[in-house]
Amino acid sequence: MKKKRTLNQTGFLLLITIALFFVMYILGCVIFKDQGFAKMQNFLNLFISNAGLIVISIGMTVVMITGGIDISVGSFVAMGCMMLAWMMEKAGMGAVPAVLIVLITGVVFGLVQGFLVAYMDIQPFIVTLAGMFFARGMTAIISKDMISISNEMFMAWAKMKIYLPIGGHMNKKGVMIYPYIYPTVVIALILLVIAFIMLKYTKFGRSIYAVGGNEQSALMMGLNVRRIKLKAYMLDGFLCGVGSILFCLNTLGGFVEQAKGFEMDAIASAVIGGTLLTGGVGNVIGTLFGVLIKATIEAFITFQGTLSSWWTRITIAALLCFFIVLQSILAMLKKKK
Amino acid sequence: MNKTLKNITSKRLFLPIFCLALVLLINLVTRPDFFSIEIRDGVLYGFLIDIINRASELVILAVGMTLVVSASAGTDISVGAIMAVSAAVCCNVLTGGERAATAYANPLILGFLAAVLVGTLIGCFNGVLVAKLNIQPMVATLIMFTAGRGIAQLITDGQITYVRVDSYKTLGSSFPGFPVPAPFIVSIIVVALTALLLKKTALGMYIQSVGINKKASSLTGIKAVMIIFLTYAYCGFCSGLSGLIASSRIYSADANNIGLNMELDAILAVAIGGNSLGGGRFSIAGSVIGAYTIQALTTTLYAMHVSSDQIPVYKAVVVVIIVTLQSPGFARWRKSLAQKKAGRVEGKEAA
Repeated sequence: MKKKRTLNQTGFLLLITIALFFVMYILGCVIFKDQGFAKMQNFLNLFISNAGLIVISIGMTVVMITGGIDISVGSFVAMGCMMLAWMMEKAGMGAVPAVLIVLITGVVFGLVQGFLVAYMDIQPFIVTLAGMFFARGMTAIISKDMISISNEMFMAWAKMKIYLPIGGHMNKKGVMIYPYIYPTVVIALILLVIAFIMLKYTKFGRSIYAVGGNEQSALMMGLNVRRIKLKAYMLDGFLCGVGSILFCLNTLGGFVEQAKGFEMDAIASAVIGGTLLTGGVGNVIGTLFGVLIKATIEAFITFQGTLSSWWTRITIAALLCFFIVLQSILAMLKKKK
Repeated sequence: MNKTLKNITSKRLFLPIFCLALVLLINLVTRPDFFSIEIRDGVLYGFLIDIINRASELVILAVGMTLVVSASAGTDISVGAIMAVSAAVCCNVLTGGERAATAYANPLILGFLAAVLVGTLIGCFNGVLVAKLNIQPMVATLIMFTAGRGIAQLITDGQITYVRVDSYKTLGSSFPGFPVPAPFIVSIIVVALTALLLKKTALGMYIQSVGINKKASSLTGIKAVMIIFLTYAYCGFCSGLSGLIASSRIYSADANNIGLNMELDAILAVAIGGNSLGGGRFSIAGSVIGAYTIQALTTTLYAMHVSSDQIPVYKAVVVVIIVTLQSPGFARWRKSLAQKKAGRVEGKEAA
């Protein structure tokens, strides 16, 4: 008997997100043909400027699948960048210990938030709201003024170009120019693949879905719901640490107002990618495309030149609206069946 | 004695009031002049007055937010953005599209009405998404949260729009010949009218029952969809109103800064007021006390010369302590501790 394969709701939403990204990108290639929108390098730039956001959105997706949310990520990125800058410039530490300390801070931050959410039963929104206040204030306590990073090793990491052997083009002098990426993109994509495999094929990943889908059932199945939630927040904290390092490699400095509104970018990316805030449904691949869609809109506005920056927000909101309404209509149709 | 103590501490509003009293008490010790109130130019001055004045927008938002949280078990994160939009609309109407004006292009009342109307309309938009389309409140209001400031910038061309007319500043300062700050009076009116409406009609009960069990309420004949929609519309109205006050304080519309992070403070006020963010039973009084607690904390920290960008750290610590004290996890831990103690005493007696 032939097995009938039907596209389920999540698959359908994911497909729409991916299709939308490609439609938008091709549209950009057609409209801005003369400015070089279609160049391979421009495509890679989408990844380069959003490597940090990709990693953080992965963490957000994991937390959202458990049915929680983390709105402290933007402030944490600011704090992470400031810590890196302060440790390397003011305290004279090496790049490696500074990075390690930020990673550990991320895990500890996630541990505290996870403990309050899982073991104290406080709403994730409130806990991470406090985390958001804390991290932003801490950034100001470390230093009120902007610190630029000039550590040699860190700069070497930031400037290390990895050339791709494909998709090059001749410049005017007849020299072949190959497109390049930074190590940040490689790290982000490796983490994405790991997260995808972890969510899909490991016991921990499956139990995250189980907890988010129905906590009561998960409990009855014998899962340690509290510990799984705690672990999810710790993973999210770790990814925030990595994300802030990647972000810092891009901006090379720390200041108080950095990465403001980052948490909403991450949440919006996850939602556009098909993750439900109620938990139990979500996919990191969708999240990646969510980030890429946002990046494409920004690229549109940069290439267009005359549009004001606020159109980014309005367009993203319109897209959000479209996806959210689509999700709800699909859910209603499913119920009627 | 012990019984009366237990009676008092088990009251719903005990913890919120206790927290507020604690914050004020710290001030009594560290700054004796904190409670002094004087009259300058016919207007009251003092730290306490400053608290009740500055908290006004938050109080109004907290009222709307309480209803939203109660009916839909979710939060409206767009209130800050709605404030920015309503301020932008009001100033734009009053200046007639200019970026600065020294005389009204349209009657003052028209600007006010337009602002409140826009706030309500955005609230209705949120309401349709949440009530009719069954979208999680936070996701639904995320749309307006993202778009709101963009729309406000669109209206004001990305610049700050000034209305340099004295009568426009009234709402944010004080009514002539009246020593109490005008924002405080407006907030009290909003709170009183809302409380009256909820107590005198069955609306308050409907909201709670929808929040506790939407399906069951629908079966008993309550129009759950309508109730949820109304709470969001009302929350939008409240946001529009507080946007007006905020704009009147600085007699301008600053799309980037009006109502910034206010949604967080409003949700916090609801939570500190002892309301469950899971919906159901609510207490407007609790939320109002919560709002004043937050403002008292902020003013206290300013009085202690903490710089404005460091305040969030202390705020976060206090919030975590307050919320942990009220959390189910903490109650469970306390219970098990008490049981252990009782067990030990019993064990001793048996021996």
